[in-house]
Amino acid sequence: MWAPSHAQFLTAASTLQEEPLVLNAERWPAGTERCPPVRQAKTMGAALARAAQWTAAGSGTGTLEITPLNESLLNQIVKFAEDFSTRHPQEAAFVFREPLEWKTQLGCSAFGEGYEIDEATVQSEAKDEDGQPLLLLTASNLKVRNFDQLSHLLQIAVEKKLKEAQACLEANRDPIVKILGPEYGTVEGEDTSMLRLLEKMKDDDDPQTEMKMKIAILLHQLDIQLLNSSLKHISQDVRLNPAAVNNEVNLLKNFSGKGEDTVLESLEYTSDYTFSNGCRAPPWRQVHGEICYLIIKPHDTDPLCITCSTAGVFLNGGEIKGKDEIDYERKSDVYKDIVTFLRERSPKFVENMAKQEFTFFKEPTYEKDDQHVEAVAKVSGQSPNLDDNTEKNVYEKKRSSAEKSRSTDKKILEPSMKWKNIGLSAAHSDKAAREKEQRRRSTVSGKKKKKVSVISSESVKIQPALQCKTSDVFEEVSESSSETDEDEEQPVRHQEGGTDLPSEYWGIQKLSKYLRGGNPTATVIALCAMRDFNLAQETCQLAIRDIGCLEVLINLLDTEEIKCQIGSLKILKEISQNTLIRHAIADLEGLQIMVKILDSPDTDLKCLAAETIANVARFKRARRTVRHYGGIKRLVGLLDCMSVRSTGLTPYQEKDTEKARCGALALWSCSKSTKNKEAIRKAGGIPLLAKWLKSSHVDILTPVVGILQECASEPSYRLAIRTEGMIENLVKNLSSEHEELQTHCASAIFKCAEDKETRDLVRQHGGLQPLSALLGNSENKRLLAAVTGAIWKCAISEENVSKFREYKVTEALVGLLTDQPEEVLVNIVGALGECCQEPVNRSIIRKCGGIPPLVKLLTGTNQALLVNVTKAVGACATEPENMMIIDRLDGVRLLWSLLKNPNPDVQANAAWAICPCIENAKDAGEMVRSFVGGLELIVNLLKSKNKEVLASVCAAITNIAKDEENLAVITDHGVVPLLSKLVNTNNDKLRHHLAEAISHCCMWGNNRVTFGENKAVAPLVHYLKSNDPLVHRATAQALYQLSEDPSNCITMHENGVVKLLLAMVGSTDETLQEAAAGCIANIRRLALATEKAKYG
Amino acid sequence: MRRRARRLPRPGCPGSGEGAAAMSKKRLQQLVESLSRSAKHFNRGEVECLIRLFDTLVSASHSRFAVAGFDRNVFRDTLHRAFGMTDDVVMDRVFRTFDRNNDNCISVVEWVEGLSVFLRGTLEERIKYCFEVYDLNGDGYISREEMFQMLKNSLLKQPSEEDPDEGIKDLVDIALKKMDYDHDGKLSFADFEEAVKNENLLLEAFGPCLPDVKCHQLHCHSSGRDRAVWHLKGGPSRKSVNCNSKWNTALRMLHHSSEDIRNKSNTKQLIS
Repeated sequence: MWAPSHAQFLTAASTLQEEPLVLNAERWPAGTERCPPVRQAKTMGAALARAAQWTAAGSGTGTLEITPLNESLLNQIVKFAEDFSTRHPQEAAFVFREPLEWKTQLGCSAFGEGYEIDEATVQSEAKDEDGQPLLLLTASNLKVRNFDQLSHLLQIAVEKKLKEAQACLEANRDPIVKILGPEYGTVEGEDTSMLRLLEKMKDDDDPQTEMKMKIAILLHQLDIQLLNSSLKHISQDVRLNPAAVNNEVNLLKNFSGKGEDTVLESLEYTSDYTFSNGCRAPPWRQVHGEICYLIIKPHDTDPLCITCSTAGVFLNGGEIKGKDEIDYERKSDVYKDIVTFLRERSPKFVENMAKQEFTFFKEPTYEKDDQHVEAVAKVSGQSPNLDDNTEKNVYEKKRSSAEKSRSTDKKILEPSMKWKNIGLSAAHSDKAAREKEQRRRSTVSGKKKKKVSVISSESVKIQPALQCKTSDVFEEVSESSSETDEDEEQPVRHQEGGTDLPSEYWGIQKLSKYLRGGNPTATVIALCAMRDFNLAQETCQLAIRDIGCLEVLINLLDTEEIKCQIGSLKILKEISQNTLIRHAIADLEGLQIMVKILDSPDTDLKCLAAETIANVARFKRARRTVRHYGGIKRLVGLLDCMSVRSTGLTPYQEKDTEKARCGALALWSCSKSTKNKEAIRKAGGIPLLAKWLKSSHVDILTPVVGILQECASEPSYRLAIRTEGMIENLVKNLSSEHEELQTHCASAIFKCAEDKETRDLVRQHGGLQPLSALLGNSENKRLLAAVTGAIWKCAISEENVSKFREYKVTEALVGLLTDQPEEVLVNIVGALGECCQEPVNRSIIRKCGGIPPLVKLLTGTNQALLVNVTKAVGACATEPENMMIIDRLDGVRLLWSLLKNPNPDVQANAAWAICPCIENAKDAGEMVRSFVGGLELIVNLLKSKNKEVLASVCAAITNIAKDEENLAVITDHGVVPLLSKLVNTNNDKLRHHLAEAISHCCMWGNNRVTFGENKAVAPLVHYLKSNDPLVHRATAQALYQLSEDPSNCITMHENGVVKLLLAMVGSTDETLQEAAAGCIANIRRLALATEKAKYG
Repeated sequence: MRRRARRLPRPGCPGSGEGAAAMSKKRLQQLVESLSRSAKHFNRGEVECLIRLFDTLVSASHSRFAVAGFDRNVFRDTLHRAFGMTDDVVMDRVFRTFDRNNDNCISVVEWVEGLSVFLRGTLEERIKYCFEVYDLNGDGYISREEMFQMLKNSLLKQPSEEDPDEGIKDLVDIALKKMDYDHDGKLSFADFEEAVKNENLLLEAFGPCLPDVKCHQLHCHSSGRDRAVWHLKGGPSRKSVNCNSKWNTALRMLHHSSEDIRNKSNTKQLIS
């Protein structure tokens, strides 16, 4: 009776999945489910397809796996069986044809009243007509002969209920036959068992048959209930497909490789061969839903061999040694994707993933508007698009796009949607999907010839795309760093999101009929009606796209009917909030038409077009399209106006302002590409921006300042902002009431204040005070980040620092050191570092308790933050009192360990910070020695290629060498030859610190001689020709030290040192005088001695 | 209504003589004076030109209504040629709307005042005008049937459709759902006004009845009010026999320049 329904279910499922479920169907013939547990197995067989919650690979007796689905089904079955005796007492007494038999875990002791217990055997007191006990336990073998006993047993089992049910199920695969007899276990293609039963009941008045009928009906109800609930489960299940897996693998590959920073060491498919459906698993495994196998080497665990199947990702048994085979058995839980799996398995992966996210988006942190939040969220979620990351590789692009179109086109690999619908209204929704497909095709080819067909001609589509890609390759590479692929994720995965078609779908479809086949009047009515839908909702947005309305809307833009154009743009403006729609609009060449509309004489139309462009141009390709079709020039044209007045606008001026606002919004979106920034400048945008900046309307100011802060990454803009007097207005708007505007102003100042003149201008226009005041608003983190950034950069000028002291900025900054997001912390700490130029501020930091949080930040991982923290800590350490605190907090050790950081900037700043620490610490020598391996580490940094690192390490070595014992140690580590190798440099900073290091290292053993042997002396002499007085002083000291060795004196003399030194003797710098004179004296003395030896 | 009350001396009506030639100078001045007050969107020069134009057209039409003004056909012809209107139903209604006293003839006063709204009306005036046009039977409501009547040609014939009227009926339902704020199954003036104020696109919801913006695009850059007047006065194309094309252009310019002029004068104020 229920069997055929299951059979249908199975066949339906298998055809949809394109992966036959024959195995399951065979193993669990469809007539065997009178006993609930077995039905469960069957239900699962059907429902989970080859996601097989039975351990799949095993043959013979399968076992049920512990999965949430299985568990919930088991629970339902147990509940059913348990309640059976109370709910249906008569039916419960029915004696099974054969007993259900299984190995139980229950001991004799568990049985109590109603049972006869005799050592290892337990019998129920209840007997059947033949006197056989209805329950019999011998050893651990349990036989149960009716539902009554089954219910009792489950009640006894208490916590082991589930285990018992599971064991019962596993041992009795044909319980239906056992309960009701073999005739119920057969399937004859059609559901006749119930009919036969009914007939039999009519024929003979056997109460037994009637009973069977009742039980049958009861079980049927349970059956349906179970099916429904499992269906619910399945529909929530994430189903992977080859395209999604491939995307994820490619993404992870981008972040894999040797080195500390990568998330994984490697990640490889086990097989290079890809089947036409995108799977890599051998066909007999595809039957189980498996897509491919991967060998992943994380940094911190052994290689993992995993299986990606449609049900998810799990660990398999790994490669079988000696054979080219994999042990396919599942060894772990199932995860929804590879990233989730790895997050569970590898802590290092999680950690580096976090780092990657930051470095990947480090640039945009300050430079972008609200979109970047969205972007970060996208990446930290799983499976963002990697398409654009691989864009450089044309072939890869081609392959992946081919794959994409294949997956969307043929729908082979995405059974999920149809699958979900099948249980609800299979035939209906299937038809709908087919209709939809057809409709889409017909619109594409029918409505407009000039549009390239998106769906039907995939090969044609790929070719031109490829060509334009190649021509754009160079441009791609040269695009600005501030530009990010913020929303370049691809639509593929989203596509089959909805389970059933929402009502909006039908409403919009109805309207689209009028858009297609109506005259302008009907079109306008339909457009207006369409705006009544909630266009901000994704369902509606996607419905518009899926129905093919988007093409029509864009085609309408190309007509002469202004009203239709306006109506269409109003809709496009709304729905282009959605990333997928943005991409679709760009794909349909909508941007080109909108750019053309910017030439229209109708202001409303222009405004709408500009606003829509502002929405669409949020990704690279769109921005490029706008530029290529001359959009930038036209948009800048929108900014043109008669005059900007702040008060008493006439309607005409209002229109002008509105026009400019829309233009500015669009330019703002576009200004995220370097080339567009350039194009805006060339189109004469800067004077117009300056003009509008004088306005007092927030609506227009926000996008204008947004553009400026975006473009301030370019030196040309920074110069223009300074010279066109825009700083004054930026400063003025810092006091605006609107936080967004304040944020952009602060962030523009942040970027511009790299230049000294700008910093001075900010001060002269009184910008430091509002900046300081804004520190009080610590709730808005984006604002805070921009403001602290601006303070940081402004504090580079000393005059500004003293102003800041007046406004008690240092105190405020220290107060903000805790509980801030990293991008804010970077700026705060940077600002503190700059403020420390003034000695007063150093003690203020101490008094406000700023040192402990600063030292604590040394343990972070954010590179940008570490660069600033090391600098700030170093600056603080110049005060002995601060140093005591740092020492107590073990700050020096932390600084020292940062020398191991791979980032040269961090290394250099850490080494610089170490210098004052050693100078000011008590027992510095002892402290340094206590760092195991520390001295070797710092000496080895002399092998770095970065000049700044070298200079800083030399400075640190100078300080270390002041302690004789340490000097001995570093000499053993070979500091002398390493220093000698560096002498041939032109960098004055390095020369200065190198010479100092050399002079201090001369104090030990025969280092002087060794320097001479390593040919360090001659180049040093040439340092004296440098223009830097600091170099002179350090060099003279080094030469003085070296001249203690006679052979060095000879080398120096040969290189003409005397003449150079004589000039130095006349210097005003006493140290220099002294060193120079000492050196000359040594040389002279040697000469005298030689003469004396010669001539007696 | 207010304007109707003010429109006192009605020289264009019975006994106004045999057109421009016969009209005395004084009378013309009087007419211009009163019209430039009632048709507030035109200045005196423009009014004068429009009167001249009216006379020219009337005398050219050789219609038996020539004495009184335009008859239906001449007017429709004019609308079609100057503004590219095609829909007979709508053009008929436009005629009715111009023809305030329902004498099947448009007098010079009706002509100038009608054009004032038609070419340069404010949004409120245009809403009123459009509503009057669409209210086919003049009962103060746009009913379902009236909408059906106006929209019946708005869909392309689709062979697949069994009943082509079905689509129109649905469209009427959509329009009603969108605009019928008081849910009484028909559009009152209040409904219509609110709908248009919320969504300007709905002003001409049931068919074009105002000059179409797109046919003016060609002239916009070169045209201005002065130029239009110049055309109306005869301008350099006096030689041209076909005066129709000349004044068609002039009318369009009058419409289009309205916005430009308004803007420019504002700007001038601003600058001065």
